[in-house]
Parts: sequence; structure tokens; C-alpha cells
Amino acid sequence: MSGFTAPEIAWGPMVPVLVVLLAAVVGVLVEAFVPAARRRTVQLVLTLASLAGALLAVAALWSGVERTGGTDVLGGSLVVDGPTLVLQATIALLALLSTLIFADRVAGGEDAFAPSAAAVPGSDYEELARSKGLRQTEVFPLLLFATGGMMIFPATTDLLTLFVALEVLSLPLYLLSGMGRRRRLLSQEASMKYFLLGAFISAVMLFGIGLLYGYAGSLRYADIAAATATPNGLEGLLVVGALLLLAGLFFKVGAVPFHMWTPDVYQGAPTPVTAFMAACTKVAAFGALLRVVYGMLPGMAWDLEVVLWVVAILTMVVGTVAALVQTDVKRLLAYSSIAHAGFVLTGVVALDDSGITAVLFYLLAYGAATVGAFGLVSLVREQGTGGDEAPAVLGEATRLPQWAGLGRSHPVVAVTFTLFLLSFAGIPLTAGFVGKFAVFSAAVEGGAWQLALVGVLASAAAAFFYVRIIVLMFFTESHDATDAGHAEVSSLASGTTAGAADGADPVRVPVAVATAEAERTTRTVVVGGEGLTVVAVAVCAAITVVLGVAPSPVLDAIASVGVLLP
Amino acid sequence: MSLTHYLVLAAILFAIGATTVLLRRNAIIVFMGVELMLNSTNLLLVTFARLHGNLSGQVLAFFVMVVAAAEVVVGLAIIVSIFRTRRSASVDDVNLLKS
Repeated sequence: MSGFTAPEIAWGPMVPVLVVLLAAVVGVLVEAFVPAARRRTVQLVLTLASLAGALLAVAALWSGVERTGGTDVLGGSLVVDGPTLVLQATIALLALLSTLIFADRVAGGEDAFAPSAAAVPGSDYEELARSKGLRQTEVFPLLLFATGGMMIFPATTDLLTLFVALEVLSLPLYLLSGMGRRRRLLSQEASMKYFLLGAFISAVMLFGIGLLYGYAGSLRYADIAAATATPNGLEGLLVVGALLLLAGLFFKVGAVPFHMWTPDVYQGAPTPVTAFMAACTKVAAFGALLRVVYGMLPGMAWDLEVVLWVVAILTMVVGTVAALVQTDVKRLLAYSSIAHAGFVLTGVVALDDSGITAVLFYLLAYGAATVGAFGLVSLVREQGTGGDEAPAVLGEATRLPQWAGLGRSHPVVAVTFTLFLLSFAGIPLTAGFVGKFAVFSAAVEGGAWQLALVGVLASAAAAFFYVRIIVLMFFTESHDATDAGHAEVSSLASGTTAGAADGADPVRVPVAVATAEAERTTRTVVVGGEGLTVVAVAVCAAITVVLGVAPSPVLDAIASVGVLLP
Repeated sequence: MSLTHYLVLAAILFAIGATTVLLRRNAIIVFMGVELMLNSTNLLLVTFARLHGNLSGQVLAFFVMVVAAAEVVVGLAIIVSIFRTRRSASVDDVNLLKS
């Protein structure tokens, strides 16, 4: 019985992932063993250190990969090549910046997360937890687990690992979405919608994986690609399986027609979580999509091209058009992120090596602007003016009318937000312009100039709603927000009475919460917090400007390693 | 009995699960639909593993079971916390977020 030989595992190339996942496990232990008063500090240091460690590990692996082209671990379960390193570095960097936003607290020590996520909103227990200053420091290990999953997701050429990584990145995000301190009903609702749709689509994707396995008899991308070269009479399995797998990936990147969850979840989730998942999930999912399209299914390029074209065009058009009519800044950024998914897809559709470099650069530019923009959203708050001597800082002022006049009262914030919006819009001298130029020129090189044309037109239309916010901030007088407040209350109340009419018990608690928020008159203020968010936003702004003014070092570095290993 | 029958059964179970998710209104039942979809995929994977004569499919089936268990933990936590807030698990009642 000595037939078992232990597999050879190359631990070196796995270090970036291992550091993050190990720190996540340690973070869970910290929850159990470190006294509550010191937990936040310990978790924060651990999280930041592990993400910085992952960045360092990527840097240490870089020269070797540049020389050899990369290695695979365990026969392809994890492939460490150039695109993997670029994506892992991007994810670790954006997660690091998101962690700063996660940890930030306003005066009074309130962070963005519920003091006790299990407490019923509006209950005595919640009030007790709030007054005792409880904190849900579990958010940091959850963030690390999600980051670990995201770092594996684009690095695998194995459907099993792909599925497990998908779940490892998704499950913490479902929970994080539901842990908002303010507007807890919306937060919980976002969590439930995200969970049910996410679980459904991952089951669909798993069925696709099953069909692909049935077609090729293997879970490795390379074997499936080899199997597509020779007809074996099971092509139905291949086509349906590939489509279902792509559906799962399209859901994660938020491409139309799988985008329904994006606006709701981005709006309802706590803003730091929105920043994290809008940036990092998209980076990870596009990495995985690149590998699937370029590595597994090149033999089906002709059939897939139609699907990718339709999805890319729909995504750009729907994202842009829907964003035009939004009145909530988080929702607007959500639709804008859908439109950006479409722009990145044009780079993927190019099916051309320059497309890989373009997509990787675009993801970095988009991620930096996204984290920065949502970071700023988390700082723009409502403040009660109801006659108290010390008006309390309330939740975030996300309704667009509340942003009117911000350019006069808080010019630095408004100018920085404008920078991110210009980057989203693709105005020259910002990173967004270079990214858009790269993906569209890759699409043209790949023979998809019609797509690039649609992309340019959609960008022009998208510029309209970005400019609308800029005009609102700089050239519109701020006004009293009472009327807008009442509008929200009526919608909240109607939502809850509908529940009561369904035969359930009358839902008093949500109504009480809603009216309590309603009776205040608020004005918009900008809070500094502890400065952590400010640092994160400043770094994002610096990345956006530097990549816009002098993109060539980064572009060259990405291009020098921008080849996917099979 | 040919192995194809198992594949047809898996497809039928998957379709029932997907229909449950799309049509039922109770979040718990929707969730059970998702579990049915995952389990039908397990049947598919195991059958294909037998057809191809290798173990990858069976190994993936084990991983799916583990993931499904983790998903139950997270999912029930979310659904129960919403139920305690609203006294309702209907997916139609969560309608505060819309444009």
C-alpha cells in the first residue's frame, strides 16, 4: 500500500495568495482571542500588513516571471504568469486602499458597519450595542477572504479551482453587503438580493462546468481547448456549457443582461464595501474571463464572438442610458460601472494580445477611480440641523440634489471627485483616457472597429452625466433637503405597508425607523474621519493622474509580461 | 439502464430547481431551488465521471457539497436576519431599492 506519492507543490509562486488567506484565518482567531478593545487595531494592522505583503511578494516574483514567462502550480490549478501577477497586484492594491476606507470612523467612533449585524434594526438591543460601542471587526477577515478568492479567481486554469474561488470571493461579499450601520433595511435587502441572485447564477455556472466536463472529460482549460479541435459529436454540450459558464462570469463583471443586481447592491451596501467590490470583483472577474476566452475557448472564437459582441454593445448602451436618469450618486456610479464593464469587454472581444495589456491597464485605471469616488461618497454626510446645539453627523448624503453647491463649500472634495469623474468619462490627462484609448485601439486592431465606434459614442453620452454632476457641484446653489427627505420616506413607508398587506404582521419597526429619519432637516457636510479615507482617496487620485500623464512605464511593464500561459 | 438516463434526470432536476428559483416567492423555497440545482449538477458530474472513467468529476462533486454547505450558512443567516426585521421572508417584500 505504498502507491501514494505526495504531489510536488511549488509554494513560492503561491505566496501572494497564501499570505492573504493565512492572514484571514489568523484574523478569525484574533476575533476569538484578542480583547475587544484592541481588536480593531490588531485586525487593521494584520489586514494592511498582509495586503502589503502580497504586493511585495508579487514584486519579488515579477522578474522571474518576466524571464521565464511564468510557472504553473499543481498542473495548472494556479498559473502564475504575467497577467496573473498584474491582476493580483491590482487587487491587493485596491483592497489595501479599500481597507483604509473600511476602517475609517467619524467623530464618535462610528465606522460604516452595524455595531451588531445580527440585531434587529430599531430594536432595543441595537440601541444597546450602539451605546456600548460594539464593533463588528469581523469585516476585516471577511475582506481578506474575499480578496484571497479574487486573487485566485483570475489565476486558475482549472474549472474546479475557478468554482471554489468564485464562492470564496462571493460569500464574504454577500455578508459584507448586509452590514451597513445606516439605512440597515436597504443594506439587508441588498445583501439578500445579491445572495439569491449570486447563488442562482453560480449554480447555473456550475451546471455549465459540468457540461464542459462532460464534453472534454477534463476540468483543465488546456484539455478542453484541445478537445474543441477535434469534433466528437458532443458539440451541444460544449456550446451550452460555455454559454452557462460565461453567464456566471458576466454576472460577476456586471454585464447586461446579468446586471440587474448591480445598482441595487451597490446602492444598498455600505459604501466601503461598494468601493471594494465595485473595483476588485470586476478586476478578478475580467481576469477570469480573459483566461476563459483566450485559454479555453479559442477554438470556439467564431461562435463566441457573436455572444461577446452582443453583450458588449448591450452593456455599454444600457449602462449609459440608465445612468442618465439616476438621482442617487451611488446608483449612478453603479450604472457607470456597468457601462465600464462594456468598455472593458470591447478589449476582451479583440481576441488579440494587445487586448490583454489594454484590459489589464483599464482595470487598474477604473479600479483606482472607483475606490476613490466611493471613498469620497462615504465622506459626504448629512448633518442634522434640528435645533440641537451639537448637530449629529448622520448617514451619507447620496441623493444628487444634496451634492449641489459642494464645489463652493468644500472645493477640495469637489475637485477630487471631478478628477475621478473625468477619468470615468475618459478625458485626456487622466488614467481613464489612456485605458479607453488602449481598449478601443485593441478592438480596432482585432477587427472589431464597429464595437470601438459604439464604445466611443457611448463614452460621449456617458460624459454627459458625469458633467451633469460636475455642473451640479460647482454651478448650482445648495438648497434645503427637506422635500427630498420626505420623498424617500414615502417610498420607504409604502414598501413596508405592502409587506403588511400581504398578510404578514404589521411591520412597525421599519416605519418607525423611516419616520425618525424623516423628521430631521439635514444639510450636507464633509467629514474628515480619522484621515484614513482621505489617504486612500489621495492615493487613488495620484494613481489616476500619474497613469494619465505618464502611462508608458506601467503600460510597458504590463506589455512585457502580458502573455497568458495556456 | 443507460447512463444517459442519469443525465436526463440531472437536466430535469436542474430545470425544476431553476423554475423554483424564478417562480416561488418565499426566500427559503427559492434557496431550496438553488440547492436542488447544485445537487442536480452533482449527479451530472458523477455520471460524466463514470462515462469518462476519470475521477475529476467526483472530486468536483465533493467540493460542490462543501460549497453548498457554506452557502447554506451564509444564506440562512441573511434570510433569517431579514425575517426578524420584517416578519416576512417573501422576496416581493424587499423592494425598497429601485430606480
